[in-house]
Amino acid sequence: MWLWFHRLASPPSFYRFAGILAPWLLAIGLTAIAAGFYGGLVLAPADYQQGDAFRIIYVHVPAAWLSLLGYSAMAVAAFVALVWRIKLAEAVVVASAPAGASFTALALATGMLWGKPMWGAYWVWDARLTSELVLLFLYLGVVALNSAFSDPRAGARACALLALVGAVNVPIVHYSVVWWNSLHQGATVFKPGGPSISPGMLWPLLTAAFGFTMFYAAVVLRRMQNELLIRERNSLWVRELVPVVAA
Amino acid sequence: MNPGFWAMGGYAVYVWPAYALGLAVLAWNWLVPEAHRRALLRRLDEDHEETRGIGT
Amino acid sequence: MTRRQRRTAAVVVLVAGVAAATALAVTAFRKNMMYFYTPSDLAARDVPVSAVMDLGGLVEPGTLKHGTGLAIRFMMTDCHHQMPVAYDGVLPDLFREGQGVVATGHLNADGTFVASRILAKHDSSYMPPNVARQVKAAELQGRKDCAAFKTLGDKAMTAARDAP
Repeated sequence: MWLWFHRLASPPSFYRFAGILAPWLLAIGLTAIAAGFYGGLVLAPADYQQGDAFRIIYVHVPAAWLSLLGYSAMAVAAFVALVWRIKLAEAVVVASAPAGASFTALALATGMLWGKPMWGAYWVWDARLTSELVLLFLYLGVVALNSAFSDPRAGARACALLALVGAVNVPIVHYSVVWWNSLHQGATVFKPGGPSISPGMLWPLLTAAFGFTMFYAAVVLRRMQNELLIRERNSLWVRELVPVVAA
Repeated sequence: MNPGFWAMGGYAVYVWPAYALGLAVLAWNWLVPEAHRRALLRRLDEDHEETRGIGT
Repeated sequence: MTRRQRRTAAVVVLVAGVAAATALAVTAFRKNMMYFYTPSDLAARDVPVSAVMDLGGLVEPGTLKHGTGLAIRFMMTDCHHQMPVAYDGVLPDLFREGQGVVATGHLNADGTFVASRILAKHDSSYMPPNVARQVKAAELQGRKDCAAFKTLGDKAMTAARDAP
């Protein structure tokens, strides 16, 4: 088990492993997203209060879910990178930030498009919206910090530190609707007593969220491959790999 | 599709941009690293070609 | 200690420190970080009454009255205290009796909250109309769920509010 893990964690075998896995994750992810969107737009009934506007949930909730999951994964990788100095963990941190930032921005933008017709405002400074905006700035901070360093290893270590410290914001985002009065409603799926959404509306949501997660994994693997290529461009395995692929 | 579907009960101007943004973010996430990887592999190939030339 | 153990300790101390500082700040400033107050907060004289503020609660069923044009009056409740609200303007699609709302405005001399903007706060349930009809209409109409409207107040009041 450990031997297998060590072999996988070496950059050349991880590069090959990611190259095989990423297209599969992409295909599974896009299929699930297509099914979830179809279910959400066509098959699911309109909501008794919100009508068809509630269908924005099938983009908004998967994006918001990924913004938190992606940050949690990045923070765990940051811890591993800081303590064990594992190159792959550093690559996870650097690769997660731009993808996570894009899904956080998507969650905020679709939330605004949902808020205008239902609440009556695109934006309010309540605890949920504000803490999610802070999450976006944390992601962007990691991206900016990484590009400010010319040495990739020093940059990754600085990024890991910022990512880890910023992790305190993750529970704040999740529990903001419990701890404070907010315009944003409370949890629907993960709440005591089970989901308060009818099954015909729930399955497309879970399918889309699963699809987004698989897609995200594929994207992070691709970005990690790029990071490894840049860092190890002078190593033997990259030299052996490149003419074959580029030919 | 019937026109009622595209109207989204009067919320079309909010629902469709939300889905368009979603698809745009998905496309950006996959296409940008993919293009970057192609460019990297091409550049690395050229670099290695040069160093091989010097070596022989 | 090995170098790795020292690094682990440093990282753990750093994260624990930041988390503790954040928790303290959040606890200390929770009152100032509330997006809106509730009628109970106003009743407890817990907030400055002349200033512009946000007030949240449910539109008490049976109290919505239309005046001329877009003018409306209704009672806002948090299941503990009520506050009369007056408003003249455009309402969001979700506004109706029994709905959670957040009003921006100020208290006038006779104790009415004069709103300059009203936002709707929807709950976290989603269901198709036919299911909503099956869930007894009366139950939906008379339903008052004030869990989303948290009162700052003192501990005694919170306890009284939460008591069955």
